[in-house]
Amino acid sequence: MFEMPSGAEIQSIISILKGGAGYFVPEIYLSALFMVLIILDLVTGRKNGRFLAIVTIAGLVGSLFYIFKQQAMPDSEFFFGMYALDRFGIFFKYFFVASGILAVLTTWIDTPLKKQESGMGEYYALLVAMVVGMMMMASSTDLLMMFLAMELVSLSAYAMTGYLKREIRSSEAALKYLVYGAVSSGMLLYGFSLIYGMTGQTNISKIAMLLTMHGYNPLVMILAVLLIVAGFGYKMGAVPFHFWSPDVYEGAPTPVTAYLSVGSKAAGFAMLMRFFYIAVPHGMMGEISFLQIDWLWILMIVSAASMIYGNVVAIWQKNVKRLLAYSSIAHAGYLLLGIITMDQLGTQATLVYLAAYLLMNYGAFYVVIVIANHTGSENLEDYRGLGKRMPLAGAALTVFLISLVGLPPTFGFIGKLMIFSALLSKGSLFMWLALIGILTSVISLYYYMLIPLNMYLRESESQEEGVIETGMGAKIITAALMIATLYFGLFFQPVVNYAKYSSVLFGALLN
Amino acid sequence: MLTEQLLSIGLNHFLTISAILFGLGMFAVMTRKNAIVILMGVELILNAANINFLTFSKYNGGMDGVMFSLFVIVLAAAEAAVALAIVINIFKTFKTVDVSRVDTMKE
Repeated sequence: MFEMPSGAEIQSIISILKGGAGYFVPEIYLSALFMVLIILDLVTGRKNGRFLAIVTIAGLVGSLFYIFKQQAMPDSEFFFGMYALDRFGIFFKYFFVASGILAVLTTWIDTPLKKQESGMGEYYALLVAMVVGMMMMASSTDLLMMFLAMELVSLSAYAMTGYLKREIRSSEAALKYLVYGAVSSGMLLYGFSLIYGMTGQTNISKIAMLLTMHGYNPLVMILAVLLIVAGFGYKMGAVPFHFWSPDVYEGAPTPVTAYLSVGSKAAGFAMLMRFFYIAVPHGMMGEISFLQIDWLWILMIVSAASMIYGNVVAIWQKNVKRLLAYSSIAHAGYLLLGIITMDQLGTQATLVYLAAYLLMNYGAFYVVIVIANHTGSENLEDYRGLGKRMPLAGAALTVFLISLVGLPPTFGFIGKLMIFSALLSKGSLFMWLALIGILTSVISLYYYMLIPLNMYLRESESQEEGVIETGMGAKIITAALMIATLYFGLFFQPVVNYAKYSSVLFGALLN
Repeated sequence: MLTEQLLSIGLNHFLTISAILFGLGMFAVMTRKNAIVILMGVELILNAANINFLTFSKYNGGMDGVMFSLFVIVLAAAEAAVALAIVINIFKTFKTVDVSRVDTMKE
């Protein structure tokens, strides 16, 4: 059944691996950074949080250089079809490094993490490991590599969620994240095993080829796709795989919440797009299946349910972190709309929306941290009267929330506009989804605006007056994120063009 | 014919075993309250997938499935390590591993 390879074969395998390594430089570099951080943590003293943060930021910024160099390289698959280098992957590499840098910046100001007794040593190493894992999620073209990358992200995320060991909520969040994560990755794996059984291949383009050539059993296919959507849906935080997200977002340290809500969600979307666009193209299941459903229908239902559930339940939330958790469920629904269109315009819209989401969601969480540092609370009631006491934070949070609703002149508006126009360009087929999207956006206006309402129009019950000093660094980053959100809302052309450039490959595949 | 099929062990036997294991794993995850038992259920699910991979590998002739299941075994061990660390931490803070009582955050 299996023969030992000869010496010449081993030589050729080694040379293929060497050739592939040239396309794998950012990942190798970041893995090295991961190990350097662990060693630095061991050789420096206990109070090394600041130092490690600076090393992490410097390292992540350095990786941008290697990613930039990859842009000149031709699109290719390497490591025996395990991994691909293409424009789509490079877009996400930039995205994940940016989210990693922002995660370090948010950690820098977070008081609970600063007070953590056992130090911050492993935290930054885990953060970098997660960046590597997310990059691999976006670029892997093999079921095995996809699964391993997803587990790398998950395992780092479990540990980061429970990083505040002495705090009850953080530990509880870690347990919940772990249980749901482990089950859904098991389901994903079972789905993968069924796909492997139908084709005998693990490479996604070979799977697509064999599925079109030989056909398959539609019932098994639907089962496999359902199981796989459960695995991806957990990473994306979409209904009905969202049960973990409100508790985890509330309990985890706030910088980790922001990181999970942007980074690992985007990684889930990248993997979903690559898997479904390439391995199981639309139309291969639908017409011949007797149930008349395929993955597109499953995603449509998931998307509509996420938009409705996320936005409606958010209305009753009293904790701002929990409110943002439900809002991120809703945003998963909007992002899925771009994938459902199955064309280049939709892919481009999803990428633009993700870029907007990166800025506005990080911005919102950043301000929530700044406020929590000074009031010690994330409750909506405690935001009363803060608009006057923290002018910049109040203004910035209002901008981020307007952007999350999707109103002009912010970046969030551009994202939503592109998603809905991609959806409507498909004709009346998706009209009902667009209607749900627009109506739920109106609902979201209510709960997002509760926060500025409390900050500006309601008086604080306590008698404290005067402006709260938030520190220079925090002010600069808040202002920078706010200006970026507004700037890209007006001058969005570069981002839109870059997203179009990054989605070209998929456009060719889809037509 | 039918008895012949039932007596000689083939693809269907393996797949049935794996489906039963998957079902038992899901059942354990959904009904049990003890965090450790839930993790055992997860192991059952992963091993059900492993049996699938090995079976398909045996009947397809390729080695991809064997390789896949080896990686899954290693990964299950890594996951168990992280999971048990988190469960130990839960036991220290809550004095219990009953997941229904680890529920301080409410709507």
